[in-house]
Amino acid sequence: MLVMEDQLVYTPKDFKSSNEVRWCPGCGDHAIMAAIQKAMAGLGKKHEDYAVISGIGCSSRFPYYMSTYGFHTIHGRAAAIASGVKCANPELSVWQISGDGDALAIGGNHFIHTIRRNIDLNLILFNNKIYGLTKGQYSPTTDRGFVTKTSPFGTIEDPFIPGQLVLGSRGTFFARAIDNNVKLCQEVCEEAAKHEGTSVVEVLQNCVIFNEGVHAEISNPKTRADNQLHLVHGKPMLFGKENEKGIVWEHGHLKVVELGKDGYTIDDIMIHDAHEPSRAVHMALINMSLPEFPVAMGVIRAVKTDVYDEMMVKQIENVQAESKIKNMDDLLNSGDTWVVE
Amino acid sequence: MAKEAKVVEREEVVVRFSGDSGDGMQLTGTLFSDTLALEGNDISTFPDYPSEIRAPQGSIGGVSGFQVNFGNGKVNTPGDQADVLVAMNPAAIKAHKKYVKPGGTIIFDRDSFTERNLTKAGYKTNDPVEELNLQDYHIVSVPVTTLTREALKELDLDNKSILRSKNMFTLGLICWVFDRTLEHVESFIQTKFRKKPIIVDANIRVLKAGFNYGMNVQATAPRFIVDKAKIEKGTYRNINGNMATAWGLLAAAEKSGRELFLGSYPITPATEVLQALSARKDLGVKAFQAEDEIAGICTAIGASFAGDLAVTSTSGPGLALKSEAIGLAIMAELPIVIVNVQRGGPSTGLPTKTEQADLMQALYGRNGESPCVVMAAGTPSDCFQYAFEAAKIALERMVPVILLTDGFLANGSEPWKIPAMKDMPVITPRIAKDPEKFKAFARDEDILAREWAFPGMPGFQHRIGGLEKDINGSVSHDFENHQKMVNIRAEKVARVVEMVPDLEVYGDEEADVLVVGWGGTYGHLVTAVRQLREEGKSVSLAHFNYINPLPKNTEEVFSKFKKIVVCELNLGQFASYLRDKLPQFSYLQHNKVKGIPFEVHEIKDNVNEILEN
Repeated sequence: MLVMEDQLVYTPKDFKSSNEVRWCPGCGDHAIMAAIQKAMAGLGKKHEDYAVISGIGCSSRFPYYMSTYGFHTIHGRAAAIASGVKCANPELSVWQISGDGDALAIGGNHFIHTIRRNIDLNLILFNNKIYGLTKGQYSPTTDRGFVTKTSPFGTIEDPFIPGQLVLGSRGTFFARAIDNNVKLCQEVCEEAAKHEGTSVVEVLQNCVIFNEGVHAEISNPKTRADNQLHLVHGKPMLFGKENEKGIVWEHGHLKVVELGKDGYTIDDIMIHDAHEPSRAVHMALINMSLPEFPVAMGVIRAVKTDVYDEMMVKQIENVQAESKIKNMDDLLNSGDTWVVE
Repeated sequence: MAKEAKVVEREEVVVRFSGDSGDGMQLTGTLFSDTLALEGNDISTFPDYPSEIRAPQGSIGGVSGFQVNFGNGKVNTPGDQADVLVAMNPAAIKAHKKYVKPGGTIIFDRDSFTERNLTKAGYKTNDPVEELNLQDYHIVSVPVTTLTREALKELDLDNKSILRSKNMFTLGLICWVFDRTLEHVESFIQTKFRKKPIIVDANIRVLKAGFNYGMNVQATAPRFIVDKAKIEKGTYRNINGNMATAWGLLAAAEKSGRELFLGSYPITPATEVLQALSARKDLGVKAFQAEDEIAGICTAIGASFAGDLAVTSTSGPGLALKSEAIGLAIMAELPIVIVNVQRGGPSTGLPTKTEQADLMQALYGRNGESPCVVMAAGTPSDCFQYAFEAAKIALERMVPVILLTDGFLANGSEPWKIPAMKDMPVITPRIAKDPEKFKAFARDEDILAREWAFPGMPGFQHRIGGLEKDINGSVSHDFENHQKMVNIRAEKVARVVEMVPDLEVYGDEEADVLVVGWGGTYGHLVTAVRQLREEGKSVSLAHFNYINPLPKNTEEVFSKFKKIVVCELNLGQFASYLRDKLPQFSYLQHNKVKGIPFEVHEIKDNVNEILEN
């Protein structure tokens, strides 16, 4: 760590613990952790003010590999525990690491309510569409019909689209990234950390053992320019190797167009507005899927509104300023009392 | 001319108010009890209400009751049976007749004896007195509805508001019967409805009408005079168990210098703890109404990890949902207080009724070797002390502590001598001081507790979690380490015994029979034993507030008695525990699982039988 002109400057190494990292070689988790360590190093927060909270699952081993305060908790409950940490000390930078099973199956209730409250947490959702730690059962994000150990004839249920749940829970921040793009992961994590409120980052993550290639169509270096749309607030929604394709809004729907074809020009292309309170366009962007559309990446939604932990502190201060009760003796002697002589 | 009312002087009198759950009986009872306490009596109260907020009007299932016992000496129970029953409708008479002493007084609203109400309550005739064989009771039939209407005829009020103030008529009448002033009730009405002057006016008119009615027709009601109690000097207030619990936790936060965090989900009969602490933002409480029971405790565990005095409150089914998280707190060795206000079980059971339902669950209801400190409050007001102690043990020993209260204590109230904070014990949380020497699971040699370091403290960064750890906090699957850590966690809880006061014996230290109880049955047990001793019986009481660990002198106390009878409101959970911990004694049992407290005479009958055999 270097301290320069009252500014804290860390290197990603300052956030690595001495514990041996035991994720499988080639697992997407390695890259995501590297991105988060890079992000933390540059945020200007004191090292001791980071707390990393996880549930259960492969990705939830994360806190052990960090040198920050960390708590590896129980299955599904990371959001609730992280909420308690943040309320106890709103000065902290609290990060929740959860997989798709941890956050969306057993922890679904805490996930939606944490988002609804808008507690200032950074919730990194590792989505590999499979249960890895229990060796290959389908998860709540597994695609319909997918064959796993517990769906040998294909699943007969629809998956959650995490961004839909976030918006349905009145989420104020949703971003998407993919594990083989460390720079993008780092950028969205930095944005998530800066956002006040619950920031959900869905990272499409590959499980080399039980779901190898699940995101291959999206991540493949040969096709990714066509299959990913990188959203930047205030910038036109262009994609393709030469940025020759774009997204327009027509008749209440999104549509992919080619510049110069059918009369479309750069002026027709939608400008991304992540700060727009309405959910309509953000929902449409979240819903875009292959092959008709590219998959939206980057910060899709970042809207400012009241934050639970700030409101909690403010409410306490307001009541304290008004109340005659300043301590326990005041309280004990308040109201109807009588003296026995 | 009316004759003088018969005046009866009594040491203790029990009054029960009963009516539809919409009739305002809980408020009426509370106002009367507060009046009694403010005017110098010792009291004990017992609200007895259905779990439906508004069960069908006029039905037996919808009857809500509130019983208060008051006297001029120490009053330990709300009384087995009432001297006076105030019944607002025929269903109330039918449902609560069994709670009236033979020959007691029943005051009722005769205007409520409509065909509709009689049918709904399942009467076959239009004369409840005859049908229920109440000829030997003192019947006071009052046209409450008519007189309430009459009192309000000058005011422009709708029918609903008129009917709603009926309870004030009975309250006024009862205040006259027991020679109490209306001062407290009037000031309550003025504060409560200060924004609706017409409602203040109406309620006070009806209240006075009831009082004056009592005076005018005095020939028909016996009046009871109960002198003021002889109580220790000091400043007093009325308090119920849930409020006392909430305030005990607040006191512990102030003494320990930690902020108080409560993560909780509403559940009968524990909800009032959450409500009481939510109201105390002025004392900095972070009260978090979670999305479910699990989030209640998990937010608390998070707050504990981050340095707060963390608490969750619940009742039986909620404790079941929290069990995995309690295991996490045990494994991570974090301080947390779990308040469990017991109710009738299993499953949803009897939500509004009391039962010592969860002792086994508190002691053993988790996976793995997972001992917790388990304590139980004995009276409504001592919930304050035990909540405070629970927090002290958690913070000083880095353990989860389960505090058991119950529906009877939660809702029952009694006068309480207000403590001064300067007299409360010091609480010293085990906050780590030296980052060089800090290891997550290094511990004090004597008490085996680890140190507490939380995010924000520079130099103490460490990781904890639900996986087994070694001393440094690294995950360890080493079998020798697991054995060692399991032993240490058990021994750490066992050594809390140093903080547990010795078991006290009420009565002689050697006698024929020792009555053993725990938690919320204290009032009934001590009253029964006191009366038996006054009758010359060789009986003592040992009442437990610390269950795990048991007080050090338990064995010694037990060894001085010929027979031990364990009395509890379940099928014998504490008796089983004692058989496990102290198998050298044999234990008789007295159990009751009806959702209601013991009655003093039941305990006495049982002990007398034991003495005779």
